[in-house]
Amino acid sequence: MSLGFPLFPEQASTVAGRVDALYFFLVAISVFFAGLIFILVAYFAIKYRRRPGRKQADPVPDHVGLELAWTLIPLGIVMVSFIWGARLFVTLSRPPADALEIAVVARQWMWKFQHPTGQREINELHVPIGRPVKLTMASEDVIHSFFVPAFRVKMDVVPGRYTTAWFEASRTGEYHLFCAEYCGAQHSGMTGRVVVLELAQYQQWLRGRIVAEPPEVVGERLFAQLGCNACHHPDRPQLAPFLEGVYGTQRLLVTGETVIADEAYLRQSILDPAAAVTAGYAPIMPSYRGRVTEEELSQLIAYIKSLEKIQTTRSP
Amino acid sequence: MAEGTTVLEHQFDDLDQQREASSLGMWVFLITEIMFFGGLFAGYAVYRSTYPDAFAEAGLHLNVLVGAVNTAVLILSSLTMALAVHAAQVDRRKALVVFLLLTILLGTVFLGIKVFEYADKFRHELVPGYAFAFEGPHAREATIFFSFYFAMTGMHALHMIIGIGILAVLTVLVRRGRFSSEYYWPVELTGLYWHFVDIVWIYLFPLLYLIGRA
Amino acid sequence: MVTRTAEPRTHYLNVSYGVMSWLLTLDHKRIALLYLISITLFFFLGGAFAVLIRLELLTPAGDLVESETYNKLFTMHGVIMVFFFLIPSIPAVLGNFLIPMMIGARDLAFPRLNLASWYIYTLGGLFTLVAAIFGGVDTGWTFYTPYSSIYSNTHVILTALGVFIVGFSSVLTGINFIVSIHKMRAPGLTWFRLPLFIWAHYATSLIFVLGTPVLAIAIVLVALERVFGFGIFDPALGGDPILFQHLFWFYSHPAVYIMILPAMGVVSEVIACFARKRVFGYKFVAFSSLAIAALGFLVWGHHMFVSGQSVFASLVFSFLSMLVAIPSAIKVFNWTATLYRGAIAHDAPMLYAFGFIGLFTIGGLTGIFLATTAVDVHVHDTYFIVAHFHYIMVGGAVMGYLGGLHFWWPKMTGRMYPEGWAKLGALLIFVGFNLTFFPQFLLGYLGMPRRYHFYPDEFQVLNVMSTAGASILGVGYLIPMVFFLWSLRYGSAAGANPWDAKGLEWQTPSPPPPHNFPETPVVKEEAYAYSSQEAERG
Repeated sequence: MSLGFPLFPEQASTVAGRVDALYFFLVAISVFFAGLIFILVAYFAIKYRRRPGRKQADPVPDHVGLELAWTLIPLGIVMVSFIWGARLFVTLSRPPADALEIAVVARQWMWKFQHPTGQREINELHVPIGRPVKLTMASEDVIHSFFVPAFRVKMDVVPGRYTTAWFEASRTGEYHLFCAEYCGAQHSGMTGRVVVLELAQYQQWLRGRIVAEPPEVVGERLFAQLGCNACHHPDRPQLAPFLEGVYGTQRLLVTGETVIADEAYLRQSILDPAAAVTAGYAPIMPSYRGRVTEEELSQLIAYIKSLEKIQTTRSP
Repeated sequence: MAEGTTVLEHQFDDLDQQREASSLGMWVFLITEIMFFGGLFAGYAVYRSTYPDAFAEAGLHLNVLVGAVNTAVLILSSLTMALAVHAAQVDRRKALVVFLLLTILLGTVFLGIKVFEYADKFRHELVPGYAFAFEGPHAREATIFFSFYFAMTGMHALHMIIGIGILAVLTVLVRRGRFSSEYYWPVELTGLYWHFVDIVWIYLFPLLYLIGRA
Repeated sequence: MVTRTAEPRTHYLNVSYGVMSWLLTLDHKRIALLYLISITLFFFLGGAFAVLIRLELLTPAGDLVESETYNKLFTMHGVIMVFFFLIPSIPAVLGNFLIPMMIGARDLAFPRLNLASWYIYTLGGLFTLVAAIFGGVDTGWTFYTPYSSIYSNTHVILTALGVFIVGFSSVLTGINFIVSIHKMRAPGLTWFRLPLFIWAHYATSLIFVLGTPVLAIAIVLVALERVFGFGIFDPALGGDPILFQHLFWFYSHPAVYIMILPAMGVVSEVIACFARKRVFGYKFVAFSSLAIAALGFLVWGHHMFVSGQSVFASLVFSFLSMLVAIPSAIKVFNWTATLYRGAIAHDAPMLYAFGFIGLFTIGGLTGIFLATTAVDVHVHDTYFIVAHFHYIMVGGAVMGYLGGLHFWWPKMTGRMYPEGWAKLGALLIFVGFNLTFFPQFLLGYLGMPRRYHFYPDEFQVLNVMSTAGASILGVGYLIPMVFFLWSLRYGSAAGANPWDAKGLEWQTPSPPPPHNFPETPVVKEEAYAYSSQEAERG
């Protein structure tokens, strides 16, 4: 850093090094081929320049072998890049099972985070080092994009659905968080930081943070307030499916399709219940769109997920 | 037959080349129209598969009888158009004018029925963004159905209006003796356009009106 | 003092005088010049916005203009440069002028459509200018929903309407080129004797006619949503904002090939002439143009790797995007091989061609970075992307355009430009360009997002370098502007074929007569038959 300004970003996540390795491979390929072309063009331009002794060109016949070579060799190289990138991309897209789950809500022009134990942050996200973190994200208005250069992670945050991203921080420190999808007047200001702490310090930070209530507790209260338990109740099995243990299971729908009851499914079931009705039930659930905020949605979902801890002896 | 009028344009070597070029030009233009409507159809298809129940229910609000009548009107207009093209080929000017006018008439009838349908939608408050009151659990997605309904039939109607305009101009030119059995392909190419607009409707009708009634 | 050669003969410039003879012309050559004027105006307008952007980015703080204004500046820069400069430039100016001549025809198939095309372009441009004057639009040139359809309170519809209208101009040009190339080639001019400029424009025209209508429908739907609240892209109504991205990029990715294919056509012509050799691997280059057009329609999803699109879809698009790079690579290798054992002159058009090869290669290679999903995740929506597309569009397309203007200027005007100044201009453009945009690759990988009005301090030095380069680049662009105008009055008279080039366009006087050829030429030799020409003389 003797220049006084950086030329290359820090590596602060477990995948950063892998992304950079692929990047440097591509840089090397590019330098090689660009260099080759530059040198050849310059060399030919000079060696074969028009001059008194060289007024006409020497005819050079076409050469299919050469054409094949410079078709197939580049093809092979880009295939290497494709496969290498694809494998890394699949890793980037699959959060590990034991990840710390953070709920993210983006809106013009701020980031809201909620830790699983209820702590909330605005424009700052504290995470422990060495633990995968999974972000479940939604937007309240336009498309935003969650981007932490040091982690090499980016994912758009879209209104109307959840998107997910994950990372595992490998260095303590503070790292830029940018919104990377143009979202209006203060797009440039929709920035923040991710603070990576040692596990003990993270837990200490959590304790020191005022928590109103964990999200699943709020969710349970909402579940009653919004009247969900009028139908989703053991006394009325014919009206609505049981929700104990529903998260993560396979659901058979009236259309014959089978889906997994993940966050996106739960969200859709609250906002747009007629779209994916469980087999054996009538489409009588009203839509809660406009009646719950993004935060309340994630609290309800947290509550429903927490129900998997309760043992159930009934068949679904 | 027009004597002494040169229809050969200076950039062409002969009338055959001119005819082939004009024909290819119209076909390429129709391909662009396929891409244009194709985008709309693709969007519709995406939402139809996402919200099949909502679309089926919303589709019930369209009047199948009226739509079927309109379909018949358009198919008939394609017949009169084809007859017009034939009349042009054999240089029967009077028949040509009659068939062109009939086609215009039928096209106008189609548009009139469309106006009636649109007015009906306004009356029943099924116009997204303007007045939309839809009962039932699928109200939200029904907005999308009706958005596509107005966008697709509106675009189609716009193409019909342009087609009728072109037919009107053609009729005037025919009356002035512009065409003959040697030079009649503007009529033929207009016929191509007209048939294309007809075909778009033949796709629109089942997609919009017959959905959910199968 | 320049001796003016007596020009008693009639050519397309002096066959008639008066404004109406230009505004109602059906001559493809005059229409090309009408386009030249409009396009140059828009280029400098778009460039003015770029100047303001780079000035603002000199400092990390947003201290030159307000954020709202800055957002409008980059949007208008993009909209104007993409739709009113890059897409029309080479086809509407050089294509219109040269295609009939290169195929030995008296004009294009549909001269009235050609004139209509220019009027439609101008009308679309007017709408966009009016929108700019009334305050502009701030959605980015990509108009993503739901920001553009619901949230932005700027002149989205007016600007979008301008873009919608100018799309028709492209479609008509495309139809005209396709029909002309199919139906009006001179006797003996078989497909594989056509200049590669024609192949490039044919492929471009295929994209014009197949892609533009889809953009039209995307814009119509955004406008309908804004006016009527239709809800097609509104999640609150069950709509999907990502659907817009699919519709938009289905056109706008092929659009980038509209912008580069014609420039590649220019490069083929220039290299053949100034190396005095046929283009190596002619058929491979010709088919590569078609392959680029075809494959270009299959890759749009590579703009959406982080949009929430499925992993599977992303991998398919990544794979196809890798494939589309190959025909471009084939062309670069073939052009390089054309230089081998040539007899190479270093006139300005050739310098631009060299610049194109170098800069397009860099731009194209960085495209591989972006097609690689895992890397794109990091650099998407950063200055890496900005650098990539400017390398292709400015380092590639604009240099191709300028090279073509220099090459065919004597044919179009009957005047030579001053070679010394032309070389200086080319050099300044090359140096200024690299200084402007290479630092942006570094900025992008560092993580500086695009469309940022203010930025963290550590990005400043690279931004200052970029702005410094832009000032050199700006001077570089002004130089040809000045000397081309100067040459109209003071340039030495050019003969029919000052470069001793092959190609039917050089077989007529400069400037050409109104109907191009006194009689239709008959073609008996391959394109770029330089060796046989020399053999005849020797």
